[in-house]
Amino acid sequence: MKAGRSNVLGAFFRATELDTRLLGMVGALLAIWIAFHLLSGGLFLTPRNLWNLSVQAAPVAIMATGMALVIIARNIDLSIGSMLGFLGMIMGVIQADLLPRLLGFEHPATWVIALAAGLALGVVIGALQGSLIAYLGLPSFIVTLGGLLVWRGAAWWVTSGQTVAPLDSRFRLMGGGTEGSIGATWSWAVGVLACVTLLLVQAHARARRKQFHFPLRPMAAEVFLGGVACLLILGAVAIANSYPWPSGSVRRYAEANQIALPSGGLFIAHGIAVPVLIAIGIGIAMTFLATRTRFGRYVYAIGGNREAVELAGVDARWAIMKLFMLMGLLAGIGGAVSIARLNAATNSEGTLTELLVIAAAVIGGSSLAGGVGTVAGAMLGAILMQSLQSGMVLVGVDTPLQNIVVGIVLVLAVLIDTVYRRRTRRA
Amino acid sequence: MVTTAGDVPLVEMRDVSLSFGGVRAVDGASIDLYAGEVVALVGHNGAGKSTLIKILSGAYPRDSGSIRIRGAEAAIANPRDAKHYGIETIYQTLALADNIDTAANLFLGRELRTKWGTLDDIAMESEARNVMGRLNPHFHRFKDPVNALSGGQRQSVAIARAILFNAQILVMDEPTAALGPQETAQVGDLVRQLKAAGIGIFLISHDIHDVFDLADRICVMKNGRIVGTAGVTDVTKDEVLGMIIAGICPPAAIPGPSAIASAGGHASTLEAHK
Repeated sequence: MKAGRSNVLGAFFRATELDTRLLGMVGALLAIWIAFHLLSGGLFLTPRNLWNLSVQAAPVAIMATGMALVIIARNIDLSIGSMLGFLGMIMGVIQADLLPRLLGFEHPATWVIALAAGLALGVVIGALQGSLIAYLGLPSFIVTLGGLLVWRGAAWWVTSGQTVAPLDSRFRLMGGGTEGSIGATWSWAVGVLACVTLLLVQAHARARRKQFHFPLRPMAAEVFLGGVACLLILGAVAIANSYPWPSGSVRRYAEANQIALPSGGLFIAHGIAVPVLIAIGIGIAMTFLATRTRFGRYVYAIGGNREAVELAGVDARWAIMKLFMLMGLLAGIGGAVSIARLNAATNSEGTLTELLVIAAAVIGGSSLAGGVGTVAGAMLGAILMQSLQSGMVLVGVDTPLQNIVVGIVLVLAVLIDTVYRRRTRRA
Repeated sequence: MVTTAGDVPLVEMRDVSLSFGGVRAVDGASIDLYAGEVVALVGHNGAGKSTLIKILSGAYPRDSGSIRIRGAEAAIANPRDAKHYGIETIYQTLALADNIDTAANLFLGRELRTKWGTLDDIAMESEARNVMGRLNPHFHRFKDPVNALSGGQRQSVAIARAILFNAQILVMDEPTAALGPQETAQVGDLVRQLKAAGIGIFLISHDIHDVFDLADRICVMKNGRIVGTAGVTDVTKDEVLGMIIAGICPPAAIPGPSAIASAGGHASTLEAHK
């Protein structure tokens, strides 16, 4: 009887064609969340903690989307932490020192110019490293290890080690906080838009399969998938909307807008933080790039068999070059979010971040042997790592032990993954 | 196939040479192929067969020599150029990206796209189902990466990729190496079909029976040089073996630079074996 029911459930999950590996990761994440919630006496699964968690995970998640593709193509980029630091310094100096002298303090165009310059420089640095890797055939490990040292040194050089602060107020919105969140109304709008888009995409895919007379998922599975996805999206929005501004910010806001504060205080929701919105946008764009474009197809194929890709007439070197340029761009975005959150650019920003990003991609299922991995998995990996760190802080674990736990989890995740793959392959 | 003078060969490789370090892998080889003809390339391992055809398919650059396609000089510097001339290749290693599925492999480098420029996976899968249905009707694993397929299925994928894009010139390097007898027979039928459609085929094979079964002419290589070329009806299997092993060119064959005339002593010993 019991076996019969689990078969029905199993058949249903197979019908949804969901990636079981990704589901396993979500399960692990939920288990970690619940464990920390219990251990911390109910502090973990609160809107406040989850909101902060999402903001803190954003820079690593942003860069992990690119690292996943780099690793899938059987390469590595060790330089992104240093690039983040260097690009952050450049963007900091441009907005806090250079542009105020040219355009005046707090000019509305400051943030755009600083951001564009940082991103463009990121692409250029990526192209420089990428050309050495793709066209001169140097191992990416060595080139980006050199980059790790070079760009960290360069970050120091920009201001001789001085911290740059404060930053432009508009630029700072990218870092989150009370100002850098979009509020309840916009958050609901984003959530509803996301649900509608998702359902339209799902309907379109089904219509296409029908047109070609391919096997379709059972309708129940489609409804289930769409329903669960929409519930998750709206649930996340509801959580972000139930985290209120701190009373100090509310008071300042009320004074500035001349609103009389009611005696019970005013509830102003944060809503989704801007860096989280950026990370989600990048996650969607990168997933699209990886699964729906020729570039993405070549990235996977290169990781599987580079020689075959070249014999098929594909310019694999140009694809690798573009990949490292993309990674440079993402390091620039990660840098912008990081310095905006800190309201300062320091030359040590992003130290060891490359390893967190690689760990996130690997926990998320990217195989260093190449050819395997997903963008969504890498982002989940980033959230999982941040959950561990935040959770251990909440529970009050010593810093050295925190590192030990994160290290063990990384190895354990890969171990479980390896065993899982071996099993499913045999089946 | 009888080739009359005045016919322009589909492919004409003249005096092609390629060295790896100090080793002359291909040494002044000349070979031609006519439309609707199957030319078998035979010889020991390391005789230079695969290297010669990889020069034609753009995988290796040549040191010297010329390639003409339909009488016109062809500039083939990479696989993309070769495909441009309608040359499709089934490599001995199959050259499949193991981690992606059948349709993605079939269309690698020539992906079908929607009007927005994105990959049209459904259209590609539909085409894949068509072509695989012709080659291997029992094949249904379109969602799996090709490393989950059997050796024979993988070989079918490699063959399907070569015939999917209206090849004019087909290069088959050991196309039946991983196949069972039934699938091998299917490939034989396919070769005859393609030949009837006017496609020129270079066939590399170790199976002398296959060669005599499918080829119109046989070209034997040894140590990077051509021993000789002969019509299948003009020579016996033993004579071909003599060409492969000892480099002896029988009278009915057109000798290449590496040939030893059959009047020599080796030939009589071979005769004795008969």
